[in-house]
Amino acid sequence: MRASLFITCYNDTLFPETGRAVVTLLERLGIELDFHPQQTCCGQMHANTGFRAEAFSLAKRFVRIYQDAEAVVIPSSSCVSMIREQYPGLFEELGNESLRRDFAALLPRVYELSEFLIDRLGVEDVGAYFPHRVTYHASCHGLRSLHLADRPARLLARVRGLDLVPLPNLDRCCGFGGTFSVKNGEVSSAMLAVKLQDVASTGAEFCTALDNSCLMHLGGAMHRQYAGMRAIHMAEILASTESAPAEALK
Amino acid sequence: MNHATADHPVLDPTVAPPFPVAALPVLRNPQLRKNVAHAIDVIQAKRARLVQEKADWQALRTAGAAIRDHVLENLGAYLEQFEERCTAAGGVVHWAADAADCRRVILDILREEKAQEVIKIKSMTTAEIQLNPYLEAAGVNVFETDLAEIILQLGKGEPSHIVVPALHVNRSQVREIFARSMGIENLSDDPQALTAAARNYLRQKFLTVPTAISGANFLVAETGAVAVVESEGNGRMCLTLPRTMITVAGIEKVLPRNQDLEVMLQVLARSATGERMSPYTSLWTGVTPGDGPQHFHVILLDNGRSGILGRKTERQTLRCIRCAACMNACPVYRQTGGHAYGSVYPGPIGAILTPQLMQMHHAQSLPYASSLCGACYEVCPVKINIPEVLIELRAQVTNQERKQVRRFFDPMYLGMRMAGLIFSRAWLFHAAQRAGRLALRFFTGRDGWIHSLPSVGAEWTQTRDLRGLPGQTFHDWWARRKKEAR
Repeated sequence: MRASLFITCYNDTLFPETGRAVVTLLERLGIELDFHPQQTCCGQMHANTGFRAEAFSLAKRFVRIYQDAEAVVIPSSSCVSMIREQYPGLFEELGNESLRRDFAALLPRVYELSEFLIDRLGVEDVGAYFPHRVTYHASCHGLRSLHLADRPARLLARVRGLDLVPLPNLDRCCGFGGTFSVKNGEVSSAMLAVKLQDVASTGAEFCTALDNSCLMHLGGAMHRQYAGMRAIHMAEILASTESAPAEALK
Repeated sequence: MNHATADHPVLDPTVAPPFPVAALPVLRNPQLRKNVAHAIDVIQAKRARLVQEKADWQALRTAGAAIRDHVLENLGAYLEQFEERCTAAGGVVHWAADAADCRRVILDILREEKAQEVIKIKSMTTAEIQLNPYLEAAGVNVFETDLAEIILQLGKGEPSHIVVPALHVNRSQVREIFARSMGIENLSDDPQALTAAARNYLRQKFLTVPTAISGANFLVAETGAVAVVESEGNGRMCLTLPRTMITVAGIEKVLPRNQDLEVMLQVLARSATGERMSPYTSLWTGVTPGDGPQHFHVILLDNGRSGILGRKTERQTLRCIRCAACMNACPVYRQTGGHAYGSVYPGPIGAILTPQLMQMHHAQSLPYASSLCGACYEVCPVKINIPEVLIELRAQVTNQERKQVRRFFDPMYLGMRMAGLIFSRAWLFHAAQRAGRLALRFFTGRDGWIHSLPSVGAEWTQTRDLRGLPGQTFHDWWARRKKEAR
């Protein structure tokens, strides 16, 4: 089967290792991956900050690039949420009928990574090996918008060697919130401090999630505080094997 | 009491400082943060338990939203019906376009009654119109009768929550306030001793003050009744002893039928206080000779509400039944408490309601006072999609501000415009990535991480590091891999 990878702007720029891990993982599962070089950003940052004109054109761009894809895989729950929850309203406001039709046809083929693995491929055991104590942070968009539910836990449960420790107050936001983290930097930091206490209480070496934006927030504070924990995208754990461990372990 | 700004918050959106500024004194006040987090964790846990036991909770939410939407679509007709039925039952209905109008109507009634003193049932709507200071200035003594409101009135505090307004005050602080203002020596901080002190103070007011003011949880159009729910019985006292009752209600508070209370009272009690039913549910219809107040006035207040009604996305704001579940669930409110919102309506609902009541002329920082985590929407008993409204209001603020000349070089606006352009062409995006990598190299430490950035970036690096940009983007990696495979 073929799938097209939408890497997202910040993974492309800041976390290319997540993209490489998605490629390793999906190719191992026999997926023929395709990467459209024209892709940039889904428009989430602009839409959520109130820059709707910019969001319109990026949403349009996304549909035009991916409308012929067999499946689109996105390793970022908030970007998938942007596409599912905000694109329909944006296109309605634009009043562009052909765009709305193309988007409606494309939408069922847009997957967050764990959705693609479990719902589309029907795999839970991806053959990964990651002998570490890990806690899972359910990003707000993954939890309340995509309703990923136990999909991430089912995938992690099948990773050999992995010791999964539940994170207390799983439904509480880490305080990132995109531009919220700089427009309300102090409040965001206060929320982060509370979240880090919960993460630390698990005794985990790694905090994982399906969204590098939360992980950039958590990981940035862990690094600042010499917390002895690291943030790692779940794709990197799932791609990791005994012979080819995750890049983060090197 | 060394945090002057935390002790004297400004809850008037026309003059309150922006949210990030107003939040600072709270963030630095460990006592306040502990009080707020403890209180909402207790309420949250009670709510969660009672929602869980209700198998049809989602159906109840859907029904609640449908009832409120139906009202908002037919608001004019239901308000007229309410006026007609209430008047027929002996009540007097007044209409107030704004806060000033409403205050004037109330003072006129009080002057006619020659009232020097009034007792009050807890009401957010009277707080919205800043009634108490107005009446005090006009020479009328106002006595709050809800325990939390008494604490705030005697302690000269401001409400920080719409259901438990003194939630930021703990009991040792309550003891200090009561001991000082009631002149009680050796008062203990035992809750029973504190409520006994409040009861002694209140009984005298109930027995001597002949005029009462209330808000309304609901108005019922088919009967002309007013409904108030409360936990302490003070409302019931205000409804039985005084000669005159004045009720202030926002125009959106109306329900079509008595039967609609079945849904609304269930979702309200469980969402607000984590109870199956509120301890006191009072319904009164006009005047009954020989029983309760013999003079009854209702003031229907607009104060910006009708302007929200005509807006597609924002209209759902008016479904709100003021249960406060959204603020109890909000991770932002949990850190800042209510005062940072600069309005009597704090939390997620305040963040969308306040700027709209101000016609978007004030409180523009509030729509940004959210990480858009969606916890508010998940708990809302009438399914208000608060994140959706927040995003809509952000677009309005941005559209207003981006036209202003002084915002042109504002780093946030400049950056967002540039990003919009950069993302519109892949080659521009790649050029910007290369330029960004070069520029950030200057700030990147030997450990490969960025510890300090200027301008907007400093807001990030104040508490968080940022990994330096990797030498190769995913794009580059993919292109090279493809070439090598050939």
